[in-house]
Amino acid sequence: MASVAIGEVYKSFGAVEILHGVSVNIEDGEFVTLVGPSGCGKSTLLRMIAGLEKISRGQIAIGERVVNNVAPKERDVAMVFQNYALYPHMTVAENMAFSLMLKGVSKPESDAGVRRAAEILGLVPLLARYPRQLSGGQRQRVAMGRAIVRDPAVFLFDEPLSNLDAKLRVQMRAEIKELHQRLKTTTVYVTHDQIEAMTMADKIVVMHDGIVEQIGPPLELYDRPNNLFVASFIGSPAMNLLRGEIATDGSPSFRGAGGISVPLVSALSIRNGEPVVLGIRPEHLRLSDEQGIPVTVAVVEPTGSEVQLIGRTAGGEEIVANFRERHSFTPGETIRLTAEPSLIHLFHAETGQRFQTRTDQ
Amino acid sequence: MAVPSAAIQPRPSIFSRILSRWSESRNALGFGFMLPAAALLLVFLTYPLGLGVWLGFTDARIGRPGIFIGVENYEYLWSDAVFWLSVFNTLLYTISASILKFALGLWLALILNQNLPFKSFFRAIVLLPWVVPTVLSAIAFWWIYDSQFSILSWALMEMGLIDHRINFLGDPENARASVIAANVWRGIPFVAITLLAGLQTIPQSLYEAATLDGASRWQLFRYVTLPLLTPIIAITMTFSVLFTFTDFQLIYVLTRGGPVNATHLMATLSFQRGISGGQLGEGAAIAVAMIPFLLAAILFSYFGLQRRKWQQGGGD
Repeated sequence: MASVAIGEVYKSFGAVEILHGVSVNIEDGEFVTLVGPSGCGKSTLLRMIAGLEKISRGQIAIGERVVNNVAPKERDVAMVFQNYALYPHMTVAENMAFSLMLKGVSKPESDAGVRRAAEILGLVPLLARYPRQLSGGQRQRVAMGRAIVRDPAVFLFDEPLSNLDAKLRVQMRAEIKELHQRLKTTTVYVTHDQIEAMTMADKIVVMHDGIVEQIGPPLELYDRPNNLFVASFIGSPAMNLLRGEIATDGSPSFRGAGGISVPLVSALSIRNGEPVVLGIRPEHLRLSDEQGIPVTVAVVEPTGSEVQLIGRTAGGEEIVANFRERHSFTPGETIRLTAEPSLIHLFHAETGQRFQTRTDQ
Repeated sequence: MAVPSAAIQPRPSIFSRILSRWSESRNALGFGFMLPAAALLLVFLTYPLGLGVWLGFTDARIGRPGIFIGVENYEYLWSDAVFWLSVFNTLLYTISASILKFALGLWLALILNQNLPFKSFFRAIVLLPWVVPTVLSAIAFWWIYDSQFSILSWALMEMGLIDHRINFLGDPENARASVIAANVWRGIPFVAITLLAGLQTIPQSLYEAATLDGASRWQLFRYVTLPLLTPIIAITMTFSVLFTFTDFQLIYVLTRGGPVNATHLMATLSFQRGISGGQLGEGAAIAVAMIPFLLAAILFSYFGLQRRKWQQGGGD
């Protein structure tokens, strides 16, 4: 087991710079997810940790050792690929034993290692099969088994669940998390699925266009997103964002398009007339009688556990609200929605950075 | 209502009833669609093959149909030293040319699979020997191997490596090596390009996984490339062996089987005896004698190399 220190790492492919100075510190035994939309550089960063891509600038250290010029096989990392990358001509047992065989481990010792990993993952009945004879979830498990057998310092996962169907994905998510709790090996996990990131990680690194937008525990990212990108990326359905400005005449409030007015916490240090983006999570919106944002109901989606409502403000901006209660709405009717001022996020309209309110501290 | 209206309909004729039953049967319909292709195969493959086999059992000559003489042709060939020499030549030619084509073709494919500058240009160039009609390239080789004007002899003499011209096609050993070299030159592109196509189907992530598992470059080739390429190698080499075994054009242009039958292959001997010599029956018998060798090559490839357990999907 080892920590991983990524310091000011840059990556260019030819003239195109993909990563613009990324720094992340991963503690020993931590489960870290790199999350971001496709093309943000998260997989490239993972491959640089593995040694499959060269580091253009900056440095990566695994444990105490800087690995910039260390060959992949010397780095003591194991990787699980998106397409599993199982050797099709080897049985499950041979796939798992391959790295041990290359290391020159004796047959009985390697058999024992494979057996142990297979027991952890429930692969014992499948050991004699070929990858083609396995289902997607089983292949996924073999790929993890191959990584476990090596007992590496760091596990790397490159979108391992994206080839699975939704139900299996949820199941494997739990299995990977359980595995980590059992083995406590440092894990770096790349995904574009923010729910995967939220549910599995000790720490999330949100990446976008080759930079790190925010690093933190899942709930911190959810509760206090640093900027508009993180705010809209983390959480499902996404946070509602309304454009407008601050009014501090009287009690502080937000004025938006179509005459919307939303009361804010009083402990606010933003000057009058400042253009801002207001963010409210769908699950924080409440129905109200008199006050609140007037919203015209467009679509109602009851899922059983909750009711999701999609509507439009008078300014034409879309708003999504989630209710645990089974309210019934008719499309076209106008309702009013409010939110607890302390649950409202404010972002700078131009830079997208979060305005700190005193309740943040 | 349907019952009375059906009752007044006239009974359909037997012909139209058969037709409608056929058009409803999937098997009959499938059989019907296969007929044109089957007819082509029958006329252009089965009939000539059958005729060849039949001629082998007759004493037919050009201009004379011939009568059935049983295995007399084969008995004659059994005691014919030239026939056995041609069998030996054919095996030597096929085995050595195929080994060389495989080794060089695989090597070339591995090089072309790297990220080279002008990659597609080189890939196109490699195909040239394969694209040029055999007779043309054979004539070119004829000049290269000429006893007086050979560019090879000239170049080697200019470099001071030899002091007299090489008698490429006049000496039995040299002639064998020369025709094998020409055949290898012609056959490499087919092997290289087919194996290259096979190499490109191997996912990059397998190499990455093996690299992380600790494989060296040689181990990547030994444990990833080679096993995954085996099915393609089997197909490619089967074809290559069949083409080489039945080669005719190159020999016919370069040596016509000479000197002293040293380069006579079964195909050229068959032509010489059957067409040039007019002994159709005997020529056909030589050609038919190639069939067991070809069948053996196909069966070996099919059972020995192509059927890999890991390729068979599903099934518990």
